[in-house]
Amino acid sequence: MATAESRGARLGRLERSALTGVLVREAVNYSSYWKSSTFSSTVEPTIYLLAFGFGFGSLVSRIGGYDYVDFVGTGTVATAVLFSSAFPAMFGTFVKYQFQRTYDAILAAPVDTEELVTAEALWIATRAGAYGCVPMLVAMAFGLDPSWGMLAVPLIGWIAGFGWACFGISIAGYAKSFENFNYVVSAVLTPLFLLAGSFFPLDNFPQWAQVLANLNPLHHCVVLVRHAVFGWNGWRDLARVGALAVFGLLVWRVAIHAMTRKLID
Amino acid sequence: MSGELAIRLRGVVKRYGSITAVDHLDLDVPEGTCVGLLGPNGAGKSTTMRLLTAQAIADEGELEVLGFKLPEESKQARAQCGVVPQLDNLDTTLTVEQNLLVFAHLYRISRSERRAAIERALVMAKLVDRRDSRVDKLSGGMRRRLLIARALVHRPRLALFDEPTVGLDPQVRQELWALIDALRTEGTTILMSTHYIEEAQRLADTVLIMSHGSAVAAGPPSDLVLEHAGHEVLEVYGPPARLAEVEAEAGAAGMRTRRTGTSISILGVDGSNGFSIDGERRPANLEDVFVLLTGEEIA
Repeated sequence: MATAESRGARLGRLERSALTGVLVREAVNYSSYWKSSTFSSTVEPTIYLLAFGFGFGSLVSRIGGYDYVDFVGTGTVATAVLFSSAFPAMFGTFVKYQFQRTYDAILAAPVDTEELVTAEALWIATRAGAYGCVPMLVAMAFGLDPSWGMLAVPLIGWIAGFGWACFGISIAGYAKSFENFNYVVSAVLTPLFLLAGSFFPLDNFPQWAQVLANLNPLHHCVVLVRHAVFGWNGWRDLARVGALAVFGLLVWRVAIHAMTRKLID
Repeated sequence: MSGELAIRLRGVVKRYGSITAVDHLDLDVPEGTCVGLLGPNGAGKSTTMRLLTAQAIADEGELEVLGFKLPEESKQARAQCGVVPQLDNLDTTLTVEQNLLVFAHLYRISRSERRAAIERALVMAKLVDRRDSRVDKLSGGMRRRLLIARALVHRPRLALFDEPTVGLDPQVRQELWALIDALRTEGTTILMSTHYIEEAQRLADTVLIMSHGSAVAAGPPSDLVLEHAGHEVLEVYGPPARLAEVEAEAGAAGMRTRRTGTSISILGVDGSNGFSIDGERRPANLEDVFVLLTGEEIA
């Protein structure tokens, strides 16, 4: 009898209850560290915004047809998204499997690696979508005019944040030690962050660099946020959303692969 | 439902590169019993535990847990298992109650039953009045109890304990034994790995002794003792040279011996009349069997 009852339907992949379980864990944990996390995710991009806004802003008042403060204020949304997704994903994932062994505990429950990675990325993406709005709100305090398109900014941040979260999880999955992250930060994240068009337009870059920028998901995020705030550019923006979605889906699968290798012997 | 197997392993092999951690292991855990997996460090106990939750995937062999085939149906099996890991992996910045709440979700306890399940777990772990304490403020014993309660919050049919009392002082160990014993009395099936012989002897209905990845003996502790070490053991103390002499003498008489560090134990002396070495007679125990079967040398 017990057997008949217990066999039942085979549990599927990406079950809602498994995702919820992992998300609840993150949400409950967040209640214990939200202050420090909110502090770093908001103060950092704000400093960039103020430094560039007042630094460059005193030299150039308008750039690419925008007030410079508006230009940087919208551009640093992508920076905030990156800082609150790729970095916590890299370090948090590493700490959770290596030091806290949290993932060992979760995988002993009815949760598969695919569900674990997906839920972690969803959580980080949601946070990144929210924290991404901070520079825009700060820019509003400095005179950025409100617009309806701003309501799309958290969503753009969420899509980009999901990809960067998966990117960070993948790096943590393949990294042998904490020190490995230095290579990724220096060789990958810093160039992508500077060549995104957050602080200066890429129009004056050589042609090849502009083509390359289209492979930078952060660049699409920057442009989409600006267009959301100042006016959409039709199909081209839709293509950029598509590019972010493809990036997210690809690194999602990579992250699952990396973590399965790491967590399952 | 007696006779049903909660765990059934046949010919299970798990290799890590050139090392074979589990080597053609057969293991039966009948429902409602407590089985002890006994072996020295490195015998493959922890790997076996990881295989049972599909956190390690076997290279060969058949694995069934609660009637589910592993690794394909592992998630169903895990839904009805509770795992107490060797290393504490509680969320240390959360409170006792929050830790239980998280696992009530992970183990899919329905909303209407969640509250009651958490209360029951708090009572079991004797942590009702520490429910709001952060885990990093708890003593080692309390953390262990919480780790166990967390694994049992959903009333699993099968509990897997990996070295449940390793590194704890005797008082805490006894407290945990009482907890595990109560669980056993309730009818939960238990598989427990340990290298503490006393733990296995006290709690396990049957013991499986592992060495180098495979089972070297299995059965109720008392049967194993009788079979491998007889009723009585002669314990002879003396300087090393004397011990070597005694060892040779007993070996020549066809007796089995084992070293204890300070003495030599001559096993199964019950029937041997005329064996004239002076020493202390004592009942044979599981430790005699353990050392005899898993070897005296530490690899």
